[in-house]
Amino acid sequence: MPFREGPLGDLKVPLTWTAAVALIVAVVIAVAFLLADRRETLQQQAYGVTRQTVDTVAKPVSGVIAAPGRWTGVGVGAVRNYFFAGSENARLKAELQEMRAYRDKYLALVDENDRYKSLLGLKTDPPIPMAAARVVADSRGPFANTRLADAGKEKGVVVGNPVMNERGLVGRVVGVAPGASRVLLLTDIASRTPVMIDRTNARAILTGDGGPNPKLDYLRGADPIQAGDRVVTSGDGGVVPRGLPVGAAVKGLDGRWRVVLFADSASIDYVRILLFKDFAQLADQQALAAKVLPPVITENPQDSMLGPAKPATPAPAAGASATTPAGTVAPKPTTAGAVAPTVAKPPAARPAAPKPTTTTTPPAAAPARTPQ
Amino acid sequence: MTGARPLNPGRWLGVPMLFVVLATLAFAAPIRMWGLQLPEPVFAMVPAFAWAVIRPSILAPFALLLLGLFLDTFWGGPTGLWGLSLLVAYASVLAGRNMLTGQSRPMMWAWYAGACAITMAAGFLFTMMDSLAMPSLVAVFWQFLVTALLFPFAHRLIDRFEDADVRFR
Repeated sequence: MPFREGPLGDLKVPLTWTAAVALIVAVVIAVAFLLADRRETLQQQAYGVTRQTVDTVAKPVSGVIAAPGRWTGVGVGAVRNYFFAGSENARLKAELQEMRAYRDKYLALVDENDRYKSLLGLKTDPPIPMAAARVVADSRGPFANTRLADAGKEKGVVVGNPVMNERGLVGRVVGVAPGASRVLLLTDIASRTPVMIDRTNARAILTGDGGPNPKLDYLRGADPIQAGDRVVTSGDGGVVPRGLPVGAAVKGLDGRWRVVLFADSASIDYVRILLFKDFAQLADQQALAAKVLPPVITENPQDSMLGPAKPATPAPAAGASATTPAGTVAPKPTTAGAVAPTVAKPPAARPAAPKPTTTTTPPAAAPARTPQ
Repeated sequence: MTGARPLNPGRWLGVPMLFVVLATLAFAAPIRMWGLQLPEPVFAMVPAFAWAVIRPSILAPFALLLLGLFLDTFWGGPTGLWGLSLLVAYASVLAGRNMLTGQSRPMMWAWYAGACAITMAAGFLFTMMDSLAMPSLVAVFWQFLVTALLFPFAHRLIDRFEDADVRFR
């Protein structure tokens, strides 16, 4: 029987109310998506299949759309080179003359550095392999600053790899798909990068806020920074290698120290993805994970690493009460006469237990030794 | 009774959605000339305003949600951020629809700018709650400005479909 011929056929629901219900349902779905999002964790698991699929599809489409702009840039560059070849030549000659002095100094320093390394027996990090990629899409809004690069899993790119252009650090990879990878820029609001001031070695965290100049948070030390100071990566935490150029420090209009990114002064269409691994990490993490770990210590005093909590021994000797303060859960001998041997040989199965006091301790000082 | 004929969803919802997706793709091109990049307007704001003015609809909120999810995945932002922000603006315009209809073009532009401001404020708040950090107000303002300039497209969409179904005039 058709619906209209049934008893509910004459039921008419106002469209405004149905539209309002639809709107509420859509809002609830959007809220659920937002609450379930784990983008800020910057992990591969948080970068779901949907995003990977969109990236894979968007790469060729955006590549085609970006092509005219790229060709125009190449054409404009060629025309500029033709007309400004003379002045460019003069500038390059002056720069070459200046660089000759730097080259001699560089060679001397490399030689000196090599000798120091051999004297100290220093093991330096191996060179970092790179994958070149072309940027096909670029988002620049206040809530997301990312780029889509056309190199993905097939080139060995993994989440966390730092991304640079010829001038400096651009960001890091937050999602990898076949043929494409998503790069979170230093300016994104979710970006946090450990950096240091090259002149003073003062550490800071470079924090993006959606604007062109990320902030320097958690600057430490007295007078650690001046306008124009060079900011480089510190390598702390093993996120990015140490010493990558980031930018120059400037004082923002809000009074906070910010960074003018070196990468902004270069073209944005080509980047290098550093296939970087933290060389300080353990060589064989799987073997480590396979080892039997000690049992989990719970808050239950019966399962405590300090042993079962026993009720106070009836009528303890005066010496015993002086050695172990009331209220401690440390293992204690049941008799005063057993104190000395127990102290000499603590139980091997409980290495973390505090040493029982061997001398008479004033009661006032005893709580400091009591494990919490 | 041609006036009571319902709108074809493919025409008033599908085609604008397609244009929004194409425009978003085009403006995401990595182009920089003389140190300046392309602006990044929120093209989805055009249908979010126009659809609410044209008529109440069951499909329009879900179409907006889809557009928002596309923006989030394509721009690499938190999933649900733009969907929720656009729906907040859509709901605001829908609630004030009786006030908006029949007003002059400059006034409608002002209302559209207000809807853009609501969207950006919602995005600002949701981002703050999601990332536990405050986005740059200057960057938010620039995106608001370039989005508010898109009103002629919204006006054209409203003009095209406002009288298509006389039940909602």
